[in-house]
Amino acid sequence: MVEFALPKNSKITGGKTWPKPAGATELREFKVYRWNPDDGKNPSVDTYYVDTNDCGPMVLDGLIWIKNHIDPSLTFRRSCREGVCGSCAMNIDGQNTLACTRSMHDVKDGAVKINPLPHQPVVKDLVPDLTNFYAQYASIEPWLKTTSPTPQKEWRQSHEDREKLDGLYECILCACCSTSCPSYWWNSERYLGPAALLQANRWVSDSRDEATGERLDNLEDPFRLYRCHTIMNCAKACPKGLNPAEAIAELKLKMVERQI
Amino acid sequence: MSATDTPKRSMRTPLGRVRNLGAAHSGTSDFWRQRITGVAMTLLMIPVLVIIMMLLGRNQVGAAQILSSIPVAVILLLFILACAWHMKIGMQVVIEDYVHNEKLKLSAIMLNNFFSVAVALASTYAILKLSSGV
Repeated sequence: MVEFALPKNSKITGGKTWPKPAGATELREFKVYRWNPDDGKNPSVDTYYVDTNDCGPMVLDGLIWIKNHIDPSLTFRRSCREGVCGSCAMNIDGQNTLACTRSMHDVKDGAVKINPLPHQPVVKDLVPDLTNFYAQYASIEPWLKTTSPTPQKEWRQSHEDREKLDGLYECILCACCSTSCPSYWWNSERYLGPAALLQANRWVSDSRDEATGERLDNLEDPFRLYRCHTIMNCAKACPKGLNPAEAIAELKLKMVERQI
Repeated sequence: MSATDTPKRSMRTPLGRVRNLGAAHSGTSDFWRQRITGVAMTLLMIPVLVIIMMLLGRNQVGAAQILSSIPVAVILLLFILACAWHMKIGMQVVIEDYVHNEKLKLSAIMLNNFFSVAVALASTYAILKLSSGV
């Protein structure tokens, strides 16, 4: 059966409360998931106090401040710090989002609670192992496939056809959507998940691509595509405001269209 | 669960694991039938409710009299067919979602098929029997 409870070694136990920084006038409490693969202990939630007068307004700024001033062992991914790279995706106050675009002031009531993306193996602290997620993206073959002779200059596309890719091409593969989907939690080995399916629809919808049918063949499967039950957590979670559920519905419609 | 002690210790590449046995090239029919039967049940709901209210408080002779009408019998038969089919597909999806042991899953899907066919046939037989006045 599906695992509804956490495995024994994943149960959260205790946690350290780090001292408040001296001389700080405005403090914000951060409760951060910690797990170290080397010490053999269960995960814990550590409490930190961030001097908000000394750091930027975003949750990522707070994490970087903690790493620089309190605890250099705190581990998380980050790169662009402006919502483009998707590296700092994590679960903040119960919602998957990007730490760099979520203001800590938008987190109401008490501590800013930070956990790694749900239902993924943890590498350390807030870093999830997204190997399966990236392999699923690779499986949809996210590149232009053509058999016609390559034109001398470029593959041409009308403005109308280009517009069909709006709402699809903006995906940054942060994994917020897929890891918020209960169906993906239960069947992530076989269900491709909202992110990979939105990307699949991006290539299926591309007027320049000549492998549309082949792409649909590759998706037509009770698990790969049809595990989507329109739960819509993906659309709620997407920090870029995209709607993977709609993209999946379009794929299903195309599947029906080619049969009827 | 940590990355180092996942139960999936395998030398297979991540892409190999994702591709696994390949796409089944099915699922669209069930998806479409689920929608058809859903719409059919919605449309049939009102006439079925009217028939059920007509049947309330009547004895077997009275019920047989109402069911002897061809439109009434056909509406009930269509409703049963749509319900049983919808139930079968819906339950199969639930089993596929939550039961991950292959043997248990296949057995559950088989039982689900048996149950749905049995319910559909028993109900059809009952309606035909009453409507034919046997």
